[in-house]
Amino acid sequence: MEPSAPRTIADVEEGLREAGYLPSRAAALVSHLAVTLGKPVLVEGPAGVGKTELAKALSSMLGRPLVRLQCYEGLDEAKALYEWNYRKQLLRIQASESERQDEWESLQEDIFGEEFLLTRPLMRAIASEQPVVLLIDEIDKTDQEFEAMLLEVLSDFQISIPELGVVRARTQPVVVLTSNNSRELTEALKRRCLYLWLDYPCLEHELAIVRLHAPELSETVARRLVEVVGMVRDLDLKKPPSIAESIDWARALLLLGASDIDTDTFNETMSVIVKHRTDMDIVAERVGIKLGERAEAERAAEGADASTVDLST
Amino acid sequence: MESRPTLPAQLLSFGEQLRDEGVSVGTSELLDCFAALAQVSWTSQADFKEALSATLAKSPEDRRTFDRVFDRFMFRAVEAQAIGPEMSERLGEGGGAAMQDLSGSELEALREQIAEALADGSEGALRDLALLAIAAFSREAEGSGVIGVDVQRIRRALGLRAEQQQPGPHGQDARRPGLSREALRRFEALLREELERAQARRTQKLPPARPLNELDRALPSGPLADLAAVHRVVAQLRRRLATQGMQARGRRTHAHVDVRRTMRASLQTGGVPVELKFRPRRPRRPEIYVLCDVSTSVTSASVFFLSVLHALHDAFRKMRSFVFIERVSEVTDVFEHERDFRAISEKIGKDAGVADISGYTDYGRVFREMLELVEDDLHPRATLIVLGDARTNGRDPRSDLFGALAAKAGRTFWLNPEPRLYWNYGDSVIAAYERHCTAFECWTTAQLEDFVKALTRPVNRAA
Repeated sequence: MEPSAPRTIADVEEGLREAGYLPSRAAALVSHLAVTLGKPVLVEGPAGVGKTELAKALSSMLGRPLVRLQCYEGLDEAKALYEWNYRKQLLRIQASESERQDEWESLQEDIFGEEFLLTRPLMRAIASEQPVVLLIDEIDKTDQEFEAMLLEVLSDFQISIPELGVVRARTQPVVVLTSNNSRELTEALKRRCLYLWLDYPCLEHELAIVRLHAPELSETVARRLVEVVGMVRDLDLKKPPSIAESIDWARALLLLGASDIDTDTFNETMSVIVKHRTDMDIVAERVGIKLGERAEAERAAEGADASTVDLST
Repeated sequence: MESRPTLPAQLLSFGEQLRDEGVSVGTSELLDCFAALAQVSWTSQADFKEALSATLAKSPEDRRTFDRVFDRFMFRAVEAQAIGPEMSERLGEGGGAAMQDLSGSELEALREQIAEALADGSEGALRDLALLAIAAFSREAEGSGVIGVDVQRIRRALGLRAEQQQPGPHGQDARRPGLSREALRRFEALLREELERAQARRTQKLPPARPLNELDRALPSGPLADLAAVHRVVAQLRRRLATQGMQARGRRTHAHVDVRRTMRASLQTGGVPVELKFRPRRPRRPEIYVLCDVSTSVTSASVFFLSVLHALHDAFRKMRSFVFIERVSEVTDVFEHERDFRAISEKIGKDAGVADISGYTDYGRVFREMLELVEDDLHPRATLIVLGDARTNGRDPRSDLFGALAAKAGRTFWLNPEPRLYWNYGDSVIAAYERHCTAFECWTTAQLEDFVKALTRPVNRAA
């Protein structure tokens, strides 16, 4: 185990925080377990709650390089594990002119050596000299066949190559799998993983996250922003805004120099957090009205406080 | 203390209980659980619980079950420790002694406390207060037995009101009841939870609130509950259709060599075409046409069909759907603009314009109109799915028109909600249509899954 390995959950929490990621208690605990037990973690939750970020933060906390495998439909072994560089192999065969039998045998051994192996992310993570963090992103996008292929990697950290034998991990990688829950993963895969469910954070937690990423934004605007995002998430939308989008919005507001979120600013910048035509209509209608109402109420309250001051302020 | 079951035994029995509730807990998971527990401090319940759930409950549904079972298990453990009825009596009181005679001022105090805790947002205090409130009220009156009713009763008795929607003329000075809806909802959720737990203790059973496991009911009765299941199956369907191209690639023994790219690649190897380049086989982008019967003869099944349609629309971008009784009408827009299933079925029932004059299906007419509508759009990569019982009410089936449709489309499927036994009896003419398509019996989600599986089988069709 490398020297920087954290000892306690609090250490992990602190380390992730330093890496720019504010973990929930559960996230810190499961990360801690993943590092100490050496088990893969399956992270599920809605899109944009920081599943991928968690892996990145882990890699920077542990000081390990991040190897990322982005999954998609039709991803196969050749792109995930390894492939023989057969062009090079053919050249090698051509280069050796001799026809003698013994040379042929040595050649045969030769062309199935590591030199001719094109390593892909999984292989890279396994064969790496230094320990890595392996991120298998959006595992639910692949086929079940691919999942089955992963099992060997995840439980034994090894890959069998028929021509070469078994490649074992030299170091134990920390494996993070993410899934948007678009399909049920197989039991076999789940069994090998620790499970972490990340959900939208509570108001205070999200406020802290937004403040961390957009520190110049004033406290009141940030709070207002998080409240509005919460409001939007409560609506029944095609795609509720993610944390990443809250942060984008915060940055957009900073750029615009907005000092408050009123109906106008909201309508102008809404497209940062809402990305569907139908959703926009719903949000503009519901949230716009609420914002308007509140502004009115505030104005009325101000008016009551200082009844003699003219209304132009 | 020594005679008490050890921790491993306790954990195993906990795992057993989870299994009883339908969470699949394997031995390897229990082993993981022990390993994980060695790494966390047991003094913090949150950590302890999280370590357990990270290793044992691996889906959102399982999490919910896990929470219930965990609470029940912990409660039982506490109860077993508190031997004798007097002890549990004292536990039950939980500070409720002061509530013995509930005067108005004490109610007021409790209300104040709750409002305060709601404002602070401290979960623990709120839970205690919820317990207190329940204890107080169970003393006053017998619970109604229905949790929802009890929750509202307690809330009303405590005088907790949500803030008014409109501030009104005397709006802001009426400071007194200003509880936010959000906070109130949270308190209600806690009340509900505690009541549910109390019920779980009384009956020593989990509340029977998980009908998700029995999807194989004869006919889907609760459309919204089934919707999730249908969506799952359709998501699978989408994946299968999308990766069909890949399968075709694997089976095909010859492929077209792309001469230009092969030549180009050969430059790297000195003009020797070492590497053959093939024309990429583009995976088919599924384009789906669905024709759905919503007439009275399939009333019970049409809810199921509509939920299939609904799910299909969620999964496929290139999709057009039509409903029919006597005539056809396109409802693609309805599905695209409305997400709520209930609203969709209402809309279709009301103003989809299916021209329901007699209420009897006229397949001949439907296919003629359908052919007119989509003849030019159908192409060999399209898939046509018909959902209907093929009962023509004695009218001409016009299977020739259907044949024309099927010839235009790449693949045609018929999903019939009737058991195969009834096919071709009475006015059912499915045999006439079956010549042009593949027909499936489909009225449960399991059968829908079979249909999905059948889709992946190799199709013997001239390219």
